[in-house]
Amino acid sequence: MAQGPAKVRTIAIIPAFNEEEALPGVLAELRQAVPDIDVVVISDGSRDRTAEVARAAGVNVVELPYNLGIGGALQTGFRFALRGGWARAVQVDADGQHDPGQIARLLEALDAGADLVIGTRFAAQRGAYRVGRTRERAMGAMRVAVRMLSGRRFTDTSSGFRAFDADVIAFFADTYPSEYMDSVEALLLALREGFSVVETPVTMRERQAGRASNRNLRLVYHFIRLAVVMVSGAGRHRAPVREAVP
Amino acid sequence: MSMLAAATPRLHVITAVAGVICMLGILRLVRRRQLRAKYALLWLAVGVAFVVLGASPGLLDWAARRTGVAYAPDLLFLVGTLFLVLVVMHLSWELSRLEDRTKILAEEVALMRTELHGHIGGDQSHPPAEDRRTA
Repeated sequence: MAQGPAKVRTIAIIPAFNEEEALPGVLAELRQAVPDIDVVVISDGSRDRTAEVARAAGVNVVELPYNLGIGGALQTGFRFALRGGWARAVQVDADGQHDPGQIARLLEALDAGADLVIGTRFAAQRGAYRVGRTRERAMGAMRVAVRMLSGRRFTDTSSGFRAFDADVIAFFADTYPSEYMDSVEALLLALREGFSVVETPVTMRERQAGRASNRNLRLVYHFIRLAVVMVSGAGRHRAPVREAVP
Repeated sequence: MSMLAAATPRLHVITAVAGVICMLGILRLVRRRQLRAKYALLWLAVGVAFVVLGASPGLLDWAARRTGVAYAPDLLFLVGTLFLVLVVMHLSWELSRLEDRTKILAEEVALMRTELHGHIGGDQSHPPAEDRRTA
């Protein structure tokens, strides 16, 4: 494959915590669906063979010395992408929830001028993605929270299927939130920073294990926490270098 | 009449002794280099305050009169609580800063380990594609 200098380099950032079973399939699928994408797997203090499995697949592997949580793993991925000079990044789950075939849709939205693209499960009827009642309530609460705190409407604020341009990569390399609900907080930070954020409909597979333990009190706590973050101006960046949107 | 002033001399002795023990413990930690000097000074000051209060029973009453506090022990509680709140706030701040720093360190260590094996930015992905290119 001729790789001209004008070709935009894209990297898939895959945070993985003990995902030795699902990871090989995800990597193989990724390679098949998007052959020219680079890949970095961030093993977040995994105790199983996650890193070996990824290395065997021939992708870049970064091994965190201990578990930082999804936020820390992602920030590591953004740092990796920034140092390596990748112009675009895609965040993909290691558990196979995200269909690599949909990455092209996210990248199209980036090409259309967006800085941050969120693959949403609900924006269209592309394969009805069903969630449990508790989780649905939690997602509804987050929608309202984001609307109150940013004034913008998003249908799927916690989706971890996202694409980023170079400016957002540089921004998140320093400021990606590390606490639970990192994806919602990251969305709010990017909006406040003035980045252009769009949602694009994607199909997603149902999550294998029910990990969504969203208790109401916990939601209230995190809503208040996000509100404090937004009001206090935490994580505000030092004037990022913005390029004109073509 | 304050608690301290009204109390038997034994309470003053206990207070003063507690202050001395506190100071000895601090000095021991400093000698073993287990406590930073800035914290040592802080707790030494607390120890001194204990000793002084224990040794001079009228001091608290005098301070209460000067500040217009009717019941002298109230002054003690107020000052003590404020002091502890400030210390805990400071420790929370330091803890947050340390968490941020260790997180950055962990990320950097991980990235450096990767750099040792090959440089970041190199096209290490997809060896089959590379094989095709080189073949």
